[in-house]
Amino acid sequence: MIEAIESALDFLPAGLVTLIIIVGKILVLVLPLMGAVAYLTLAERKVIGYMQVRIGPNRVGPRGLLQPIADAVKLMFKETIFPAKANRFLFISGPILTLAPALAAWAVVPFDDGLVISNVDASLLYILAMTSLGVYGVIIAGWASNSKYAFLGALRSAAQIVSYEIAMGFALVGVLVAAGSLNLGEIVEAQRGSLGIINWYMIPLLPLFIVYFIAGVAETNRAPFDVAEGESEIVAGFHVEYSSMTFSIFFLAEYANMILIALLTALMFLGGWLSPLHGVLPASLLEGEGVLALLLGDGIHWLLAKTSFFLFLFLWFRATFPRYRYDQIMRLGWKIFIPITIVWLLVAAAMVVWKIGPWFN
Amino acid sequence: MGLESITFYIFSAILVGSAVLVVSLRNPVFCALALVLAFFTSAGLWILLEAEFLALTLILVYVGAVMVLFLFVVMMLDINLAVLREGFTRYLPFGLGVAIVLVAQLALIVGPEHFGLEAMPKPEPHAADYSNTKEIGRVLYTVYLYPFELAAVILVVAIIAAISLTLRRRRKKQTMTPEDQVNVRSKDRVRLVKMASGNKDE
Amino acid sequence: MTAITNYFKSLILVELFRGLVLTGKYFFRKKITVQYPEEKTPMSPRFRGLHAQRRYPNGEERCIACKLCEAVCPALAITIDLEERDDGTRRTTRYDIDLTKCIFCGFCEESCPVDAIVETRHFEYHGENRDDLYMTKEKLLAVGDKMEKQIAADRAADAPFR
Repeated sequence: MIEAIESALDFLPAGLVTLIIIVGKILVLVLPLMGAVAYLTLAERKVIGYMQVRIGPNRVGPRGLLQPIADAVKLMFKETIFPAKANRFLFISGPILTLAPALAAWAVVPFDDGLVISNVDASLLYILAMTSLGVYGVIIAGWASNSKYAFLGALRSAAQIVSYEIAMGFALVGVLVAAGSLNLGEIVEAQRGSLGIINWYMIPLLPLFIVYFIAGVAETNRAPFDVAEGESEIVAGFHVEYSSMTFSIFFLAEYANMILIALLTALMFLGGWLSPLHGVLPASLLEGEGVLALLLGDGIHWLLAKTSFFLFLFLWFRATFPRYRYDQIMRLGWKIFIPITIVWLLVAAAMVVWKIGPWFN
Repeated sequence: MGLESITFYIFSAILVGSAVLVVSLRNPVFCALALVLAFFTSAGLWILLEAEFLALTLILVYVGAVMVLFLFVVMMLDINLAVLREGFTRYLPFGLGVAIVLVAQLALIVGPEHFGLEAMPKPEPHAADYSNTKEIGRVLYTVYLYPFELAAVILVVAIIAAISLTLRRRRKKQTMTPEDQVNVRSKDRVRLVKMASGNKDE
Repeated sequence: MTAITNYFKSLILVELFRGLVLTGKYFFRKKITVQYPEEKTPMSPRFRGLHAQRRYPNGEERCIACKLCEAVCPALAITIDLEERDDGTRRTTRYDIDLTKCIFCGFCEESCPVDAIVETRHFEYHGENRDDLYMTKEKLLAVGDKMEKQIAADRAADAPFR
């Protein structure tokens, strides 16, 4: 398809065509992502409502399906209020610095074999680096608001993100020890095997899988690790002074990060786009051109299904668990997760060295 | 001029500009943020040199962790800017002297005879499947294994020293331990005693 | 021994999974939301909504300006002026309830010796400025005239318990 676009545009200079194609690829990714973010907010309200024996928003459009659009329109038409004596430049850069890394990380995420904007060799490191930048938006927003609640929220969130990044990084080191590559596509392909689900890394790396996902929940400041917002203690934490679009950009970034964490968990531990039916159904059913083979075989739909499952877990956690106390969060991160990951890193390395099957032979 | 050199000059300009801002801005928070920008752009320059592992680690470690803690401290300081400006003219001659010595030393070492294009040619572009990360790992764990382990030991010692310097046990600690509360069972605490009931008339 | 089992229990997150199972069950429960404008919850005859002034069947207003309601009102929302009418009866010239002050406690209704001031079941009203929520005597009487049937039925239903 890309070749067709290239040939259609060949009256333009070559550099411009490349630029157009890159921008087009980015739009193809970002626009559905923004739609997913919008509808994730609706899903969150619906799921949490259902778990509280309510039905959630159902007025705007059929079954409330237009609610995110109504919310977006409302937020766009509201006024952005700048607090007195706040630093205007930093106050505006706060939300931008939160959203930009959250979207930039998506550049290296593969959706199917080869379906990726930029197939970087060190894509895992790139994602870690980009997600670690998100903390700046929070800190700057908290400091530039010139408000004590915002500042407290920023401090809490920064400490939390920095501590959980270590556990998260160690869990990822386990994955790359197992896969022997930093490239996400190769990590997924390394999980391919004749046994289907058994071959996925969530079995040999189970502790790392759990630690990674919980650290991901903490990293995105979601319940039960949402002390940075803590609406019952510090009103809304770092974004208490934000209104209108500046406020909604924080939300866009938070939900984009949620989707990213869910997608990465699916890629690294649940075999990404690999079909779980390998080993259950005969291989002849899973390969070929027919509709049945497309549905049952490997493909982007499996990745999306796995991602949706983890996103549902995010919402489920929020509806179930009460908020951790700040010192408990720190204890969990430093005293439990980091030792667990270090121990299992050694186990994983031993499994790779001794070629323990069916994963590493 | 190719795309690569255009990128190089843009990044270098931003890097030099932000480095100047680090030392010239008044508000220390802005200085720290300018330093973050400087780190980020130098990471971009490293990527141009095909050192993607080092570049991303620079972002991950320095930008993502170290500078966050710096910002933390700087934001919590209550700094009076007027006091900061007072000593400027007094220390100016001394500062200039140090700067001149530094520049002279740099000029001696980073001259064209050591770092010119002849001495340090532009690295050959590698094939697409060349992995910088693998190369670093190989060198680090074979040729430089001994210094690497030594650095690790020094870091561990530093961590332990820092912890033992700041660790203090609180005497009257009153926080509860949730796991003790969760693990409470009635039979550990309550003893049911069977007693014969007394007679009312006695 | 228990310490060891407890340690493993906390390690495999038993309590957390139990919590998740509980909320997971509620996810499939029948929802109890009342779709408000279309569906409504049943309402007691003692419901305390918008105020009204009642009349006797012959059209004479009940209020005798005794000012008990004005005295008992904890929010000081009621203002009453009175004068003697030509036929010698004592009547109000002004009977105002400021709904922005009113806390809908129902004391005025309880204190009224002639059942003149009552609170109706009507609660879906709104005002677009402060005057709209300032009920004068005329407005109160109009509400009473409009809802007399319902008001009388509610009083009758509640009578055995008074």
